[in-house]
Amino acid sequence: MSDQRPDPDELLSRINEDESRARHGKLKIFFGASAGVGKTYAMLAAAQQLRAQGADVVIGIVETHGRAETEVMAEGLERLPLREIPYRDRIFREFDLDAALARKPALMLVDELAHSNAPGTRHPKRWQDVEELLATGIDVYSTINVQHLETLNDVIGGITGVRVWEMVPDRVFDAADEVVLVDLPPDELLQRLKEGKVYLAHQAERAIHSFFRKGNLIALRELALRRTADRVDSQMLEYRRDQSVATVWQARESMLACIGPSDNGDRIIRSTARMAGRFDVQWHAIYVETPALQRLPDKKRQTILKALKTAQDMGAETAVLADSDVAATVVDYARSHNLSKLVVGHGSTHLWKPWQRAFSERVGWIAPDLDVIRIGSKDGRESRGPQKNIADDLRERMQTPWPSYAKGVLVCAAMTLAATPLRDVLDLANIVMLFLLGVVIVALLYGRGPAVLACVVSVAAFDFFFVPPRLSFAVSDVQYLLTFAVMLVVGLAIGQLTAGLRYQARVAQQREGRVRALYEMARDLSGALMPEQIAEICDRFVEIGFGAKAVILLADEQDRLQAPLAPSKGAPIVDPGIAQWAFDHGIAAGQGTDTLPGSPILYLPLNAPMRIRGVLALEPRNTSRLMIPEQRRLLDTFARLIAIALERVHYVDVAQTTTVQMESERLRNSMLSTLSHDLRTPIAALVGLAESLTLTPPVLSDKQKEIATAIREGALRMNALVNNLLDMARLQAHEVKLKREWQLLEEVVGSALKASASLLGNHSVEVKLPPDLPLLEFDAVLIERLLCNLLENAAKYTPVGSRIVIAATTKNDVTEISVEDNGPGLPLGEEEEIFRKFTRGQKESAIPGVGLGLAICKAVVEAHRGKIWAEPRDGGGARFVFTLPLGNPPAIERIDDMPAAAESEVR
Amino acid sequence: MSGPAPIVIVVEDDVQIRRFVVTALESEGCIAFGADSVKRGLIEAGTRKPDLVVLDLGLSDGSGIDLIRDLRAWSDIPIIVLSARLGENDKIAALDAGADDYLTKPFGAGELLARVRAHLRRRARGANVGQSVIEFGTMRVDLANRAVKRNGEQLHLTPIEYRLLSYLLANSGKVLTHRQLLRDIWGPSHAEDSHYVRVYMGHLRRKIEDDPSQPHHIVTESGVGYRFVL
Repeated sequence: MSDQRPDPDELLSRINEDESRARHGKLKIFFGASAGVGKTYAMLAAAQQLRAQGADVVIGIVETHGRAETEVMAEGLERLPLREIPYRDRIFREFDLDAALARKPALMLVDELAHSNAPGTRHPKRWQDVEELLATGIDVYSTINVQHLETLNDVIGGITGVRVWEMVPDRVFDAADEVVLVDLPPDELLQRLKEGKVYLAHQAERAIHSFFRKGNLIALRELALRRTADRVDSQMLEYRRDQSVATVWQARESMLACIGPSDNGDRIIRSTARMAGRFDVQWHAIYVETPALQRLPDKKRQTILKALKTAQDMGAETAVLADSDVAATVVDYARSHNLSKLVVGHGSTHLWKPWQRAFSERVGWIAPDLDVIRIGSKDGRESRGPQKNIADDLRERMQTPWPSYAKGVLVCAAMTLAATPLRDVLDLANIVMLFLLGVVIVALLYGRGPAVLACVVSVAAFDFFFVPPRLSFAVSDVQYLLTFAVMLVVGLAIGQLTAGLRYQARVAQQREGRVRALYEMARDLSGALMPEQIAEICDRFVEIGFGAKAVILLADEQDRLQAPLAPSKGAPIVDPGIAQWAFDHGIAAGQGTDTLPGSPILYLPLNAPMRIRGVLALEPRNTSRLMIPEQRRLLDTFARLIAIALERVHYVDVAQTTTVQMESERLRNSMLSTLSHDLRTPIAALVGLAESLTLTPPVLSDKQKEIATAIREGALRMNALVNNLLDMARLQAHEVKLKREWQLLEEVVGSALKASASLLGNHSVEVKLPPDLPLLEFDAVLIERLLCNLLENAAKYTPVGSRIVIAATTKNDVTEISVEDNGPGLPLGEEEEIFRKFTRGQKESAIPGVGLGLAICKAVVEAHRGKIWAEPRDGGGARFVFTLPLGNPPAIERIDDMPAAAESEVR
Repeated sequence: MSGPAPIVIVVEDDVQIRRFVVTALESEGCIAFGADSVKRGLIEAGTRKPDLVVLDLGLSDGSGIDLIRDLRAWSDIPIIVLSARLGENDKIAALDAGADDYLTKPFGAGELLARVRAHLRRRARGANVGQSVIEFGTMRVDLANRAVKRNGEQLHLTPIEYRLLSYLLANSGKVLTHRQLLRDIWGPSHAEDSHYVRVYMGHLRRKIEDDPSQPHHIVTESGVGYRFVL
């Protein structure tokens, strides 16, 4: 059995590491209304001040734009070299995150929080780099302009006419520990602009002029001031909340943003975020997917999903619900989450369904107690949007392959042919029925588009071939026009309904397929007994469900990911760096995520209830397949199932090992106790009986008495030997249960001296313990045994009349206890050797013993995490020293034990 | 030993050890009866009216601790337990159950008889209570006046130290476990704080012992508790 006791130094360093990891860095943001107000300058000035105080400040990246004033300010600060990233024959110079993490200064300056990184860097956005710096405990100073704040982005775009695309989620700004507003009145800013003090590169002249208008600058300044004021306000509220009773706030109302299929989801989200921020309430954002909405083109669904993601970034709780009745679902959700304000889009009344009320009205009808806030559509652009989308939509719908249309027409032709011989037998009304049957068949077989075509063709064919005058589109009887109209409407309606049914059946089938896949995977996983089996099951199901290749990387005890588990052929070649990152942060990385989205592989942390078990790496053949929300949710569920299965297998393993250990320990203990009993009982009898010889009459002769005493002594020696052997066996097993208690060393020394009294009769013993020795935590019986062995050793190897001194001193975090004698000293060069088993100082000597005493001492000290060694004593003799860790002794409550009280009570 | 010969019952399942213990006791003038099981032991104890019981913990038909509990239900005669080495937990359990003392095997006749004598004496003394002044070594404790003197000089003790000392005096010769001391002196709320006992014993030793690291009166029984020797 190997020694599984962790090395204390290693434990300590691990604890320290954990602690530093736990410390989160502080973020200070220098916030300005627009470029040129002097944020970078202010940031550098603050950094210089800290540097003067001796702080470890490093510039991660600072854009001085070649301005002398700012350059001067940056002088003397250490600069991290920028990372050069070649991309499409240009070289981008970007902030080097890995170098920053490796350098790990106390404070790092990272300019322009909103900056988008060049492709190929770890995160697409710089604020994400900063978040990682903060997570590792590095403090960060950064800068940002008001127009880069996500919730204000569209408002400012509307005011200035210049829309920026680099945005920082408001939660990053709100989570900053400190925000410093760098303010400059518009006039001064314009003055500086004129003087050329503000550097504006790559921006078209026109844009500059339109942007840096005084009106704009005033608006921006106001927004920046107000945003800062809001922050201060919320800080004050928070402070007040901390000081007062919290229950008042617990039942707070919250807001619910409902995103519909129309294009203004993004707008609804931003408005709700702003309102929620102003009222300082929680908010949720949901999207209800009806079967009809599932038919939406992928692009549109992506827009909706993006809006939801934006909401999540802005701090909302998001959910995608599936139901056919949107209004009822929304109301249910709002009720169950205590959300009293609903934010909905304007909602278009369908032109062809004038009877259907707008969504907001329906909600108002179902739940009159909820407040409904309708967000208007934006501007002219908005109305263009849907049109374009309808076109897109049509295009996508027309994607039904043309053979289907041809087949639809063929069915109509067949119907015509079938009806022609019957036209004299059947009434025209019945022939209409035949055509309608054709439309139903087409709708069932080929879908909506062909059904519409078939309907029109059927009406035309009916007119041409059957309605008199035949073989002409002309109509003799006007009432046939009504027949045509009804036929067309009925045909279209039937076609629509049938095609819808067919679609829903397909959706249901897909859903059922997903559920079945999950069920089967859960069933297979429940039978898995080894991680390799889980890896195989995972590979199989990911292949079926997502058309992807997958491998599992398990983490070891030190949280390092190991090589892929049982990779199959064609398994993705994982990047251990990204995988480890995903594992360490517990966030998905790689394809389609915020971290290294360019990688072809998606890394999902396997989150089990106890800890993250590893990483699932999968490489989809068709990347868009993973983007569909249901698929993504399914994948997350897969990952969760796998993680739980891995954890279960792990604990089965742990339980088995423990059972084996317990069993072997039980066996060993029972064997030792039997052995100890069976050996000792006869020895005890021997000792006693030898003695009773001298007690029973007749009185023995001196010689006989001597023999009886010799028998007794021999038996006692044998007893000592058995004790030593059994002790050694117990200690060797490394599983001695220490009965650690807080003890006085003095007490144990006393009992050891008493126990060794018979051996020490011919030696003088002195005890030198400092009176202020703290309590020490140890097993009194074992330490007494240790001291007895050392004393016995000293008594055995020193001549009669030698002096033995027991002393103790406290050094740093240990107490050193020494037993020294002024005897002949240790055999030279054998200071280590004597602690080995069956080693004796003087070989083949008359001194009894087998050399287990010191080996037991060593085992006892090591069980207490101490050290033991032997050294020559100054002035001759041997000195044995052992250490015990100091620890934190418990306090002694001084109950009524004040000396003054004592005086009065005890006279 | 004056008066009628004391009756001692020896409950031990090993024939040789039982014979030795009985022999040793008889050489001391006691009347000793042997028993080899818990059942026999209880019968003997119930019928012989013993003055003392010597009891092995590991018996063939049960634990000696059960016997102690049964015995303690109706009698307070001294019980000396014989136990194996390393059986600290058994010893503590036996002492907490009501045993007075223990001997670790192998033990000598001298050791055994010394304990037996001490306990018989203590039992005899228990009959004439009211002894208000106790002297030991250079100490003199006047229980009636709560006065403690060392070498004739007044000795200041804190209330807890005094309570500890008087408790030890009342139970001299008996082995007292940490738990018993904590329960009776500090109260049940401190039952797990055995370091309290150690620290205050240390204080008391410094006040009444000549060399606290080699005490003569407050003797440590390692891993078990303390014994006060007059």
